[in-house]
Amino acid sequence: MLRGLFFIHPKMTERFSNTFSENASALTQEQEQADPNIEVHLQQSDPQTKGASAPSWKLSTGENGPVLSLQGSWTARSGSIPSFPKNGLDDAPAGSVLAFDTRETARWDTGLIAFLWDVKRIGHDRHITLETQSLPAPMRQLLDLLPDVPAVKPAPRPKRLPFLEALGGRTLSGLTEIGTVASLGAMTVKGGFLALSGRSRMRFVDLLTDTTNAGPYALLIVGIVNFLVGAILAFVGAVELQKFAAGIYVASLVGIAMVREMAAVMTAIIMAGRTGGSYAARISTMQGNEEIDALNVFGIPTSTYLILPAVLSLVITMPFLYLYGCLVGMLGGFVVAISMLDITAAGYFHQTVTSFGIGQFIFAFVKSIVFGAFIGLTSCRIGLKAGRSAADVGIAATRAVVVGIVGVIAIDAIFAVIADVVGI
Amino acid sequence: MSDTRPTVLSMKDVTLAFGPKVIQKNITLDVKKGSIFAVMGGSGCGKSTLLKSMIGLLRPTTGEYLVDGVPYWDGSEAERTELNHRFGVLFQSGALWSSMTIGENVALPLQMFTDLKPDVIRRLVELKLGFVGMLQAIDLQPSEISGGMRKRAGLARAIALDPDVLFFDEPSAGLDPITSARLDDLILNLRDGLGATIVIVSHELSSLFHIADDGIFLDAKTKIPIAHGSPRDLRDHCDEPQVHAFMHRERDEEGRN
Ligand SMILES: Nc1ncnc2c1ncn2[C@@H]1O[C@H](COP(=O)(O)OP(=O)(O)OP(=O)(O)O)[C@@H](O)[C@H]1O
Ligand SMILES: [Mg+2]
Repeated sequence: MLRGLFFIHPKMTERFSNTFSENASALTQEQEQADPNIEVHLQQSDPQTKGASAPSWKLSTGENGPVLSLQGSWTARSGSIPSFPKNGLDDAPAGSVLAFDTRETARWDTGLIAFLWDVKRIGHDRHITLETQSLPAPMRQLLDLLPDVPAVKPAPRPKRLPFLEALGGRTLSGLTEIGTVASLGAMTVKGGFLALSGRSRMRFVDLLTDTTNAGPYALLIVGIVNFLVGAILAFVGAVELQKFAAGIYVASLVGIAMVREMAAVMTAIIMAGRTGGSYAARISTMQGNEEIDALNVFGIPTSTYLILPAVLSLVITMPFLYLYGCLVGMLGGFVVAISMLDITAAGYFHQTVTSFGIGQFIFAFVKSIVFGAFIGLTSCRIGLKAGRSAADVGIAATRAVVVGIVGVIAIDAIFAVIADVVGI
Repeated sequence: MSDTRPTVLSMKDVTLAFGPKVIQKNITLDVKKGSIFAVMGGSGCGKSTLLKSMIGLLRPTTGEYLVDGVPYWDGSEAERTELNHRFGVLFQSGALWSSMTIGENVALPLQMFTDLKPDVIRRLVELKLGFVGMLQAIDLQPSEISGGMRKRAGLARAIALDPDVLFFDEPSAGLDPITSARLDDLILNLRDGLGATIVIVSHELSSLFHIADDGIFLDAKTKIPIAHGSPRDLRDHCDEPQVHAFMHRERDEEGRN
């Protein structure tokens, strides 16, 4: 009756070794090689499969064609579900009908279906029909849901471009990006003028919320950082200047440094991290939820509805934060100088006031407005350009912070050159 | 109907609330092993909230919730996690992890909670996606597939670990009639084949009549469950005007078709 007999489970080989055909032993070895841990898996006592026999299968020839019988417990989590070998149906003639015998099948779950799916696909290739009627209804119905084609293999990743092409591509996209940000800026400026004449689609509630967030709520951190910067400058200066008995010039050092560079740059860096990052995250989350698409469908322009309040909030608050940063920084310098050096409060104050000109002050004031516009525009642009997944939100926030900080320092360098040329 | 099947989930006089805002009160229900339990009611009445409390995301303010006779909230967090491993959940919005491909979404629970090898996991992932007809989408990102496909992928993820109890929040919303009928079959087969217990929130009356054998009807106005029983029984025998309206409208439509 039984013509071919295959066993897949290694433990079975001992019991039935004398009934094995060559083909079957080769198969068993292959299986063992492919799965050296199979013993380990079987010994692991998963509480649910404990005591249940391991899955095994057998292909035999019955009266009406091949019969596949399944023994033991077939649960996916046991890890011992065999795969049906590619050549497993080679002995069955094409066009025959494969029946199933599940009388000895104990517990089963989708692990068994995974095995039957293998059989189904291989049967399909070999033009062997499965007589699914011989399966219990739940197995049959689950198996019927599955297609008999194998899963599509993932498309190969595109090859990396050669160096020059990649460089060219990056340069072009970089230039395009500058263009986009510039036109975004232009639209925002236009929106700003429309807002002044009261004909813009910006909601003043949004402007107010953004400004509160970027202004009053940032006072603490901007204050702490600038105070410490002023104090550090004074400390470093005091140590050196004391040697020349020129301690009073600590006041000039702190004053000039804060007014010309430090207050504006430090504040801009803080705002790039704090507010720029949050704008980018907010807009890219809206992107992921299709909220931006919804705005576009209604014809609400993103440039005025989303970007204008964000940019304006920074443009409005940055100069004031700069002023505040200068004052707090000088205070930090004052505290250190007074406690370390032998100078009076009035002397320090007088020296500070005479150390910088009003021109320098106005120059840095303008600079901080430019910083604010730059941070607002780039972070919004990065948010708009972001992908739609949660990871993309993180990437957008990081990129906004990095671009913001690097950009602020680069712009500051440009301003330094201009100042030199103009002679401020 | 004398039901001798063991009870899997049971709530006794439970109140659900977000802070001071009570969503539903006096919820008493028993979900029997192997049953398909329907949670019905108008939009916003608290169906998703009830489901959330069943999977341990929302602690009831009063009352008792038992899983297999064990008080769910009395145990430690570790014990609750252990119980949760027996649950599979499809969220109303799919809730796929957006930075992974569909295949990785289904594979993650398998990687975390079994020690199966990658090729075995891949095989199971293909199987689960095959059940919901999503095999071709295995390497796509969630943002690259349609809303209905996201639902189906979420379903494949819910059944990744062959759970005992499955919670589906509107599984057929956004699916075409054929896929949705296929889904009904899948649900029935999961129940019959794997002995899974299924709690399903759905507005799809024809599918509820077809598959559900027990249920609860929540009312948004009075904030209490106003009917218990299978959707078919409620359709034929419930006199509650709310329930009648809910069930009847669909019958009219069926008559017209
Ligand atoms: N996190 C939450 N905080 C406060 N209230 C909430 C929260 N989630 C939901 N609600 C409120 O709970 C009520 C029920 O919401 P739920 O999502 O459970 O409705 P539902 O029955 O599932 O409706 P639908 O059929 O539309 O999905 C609603 O009134 C909703 O406003
Ligand atoms: Mg809901």
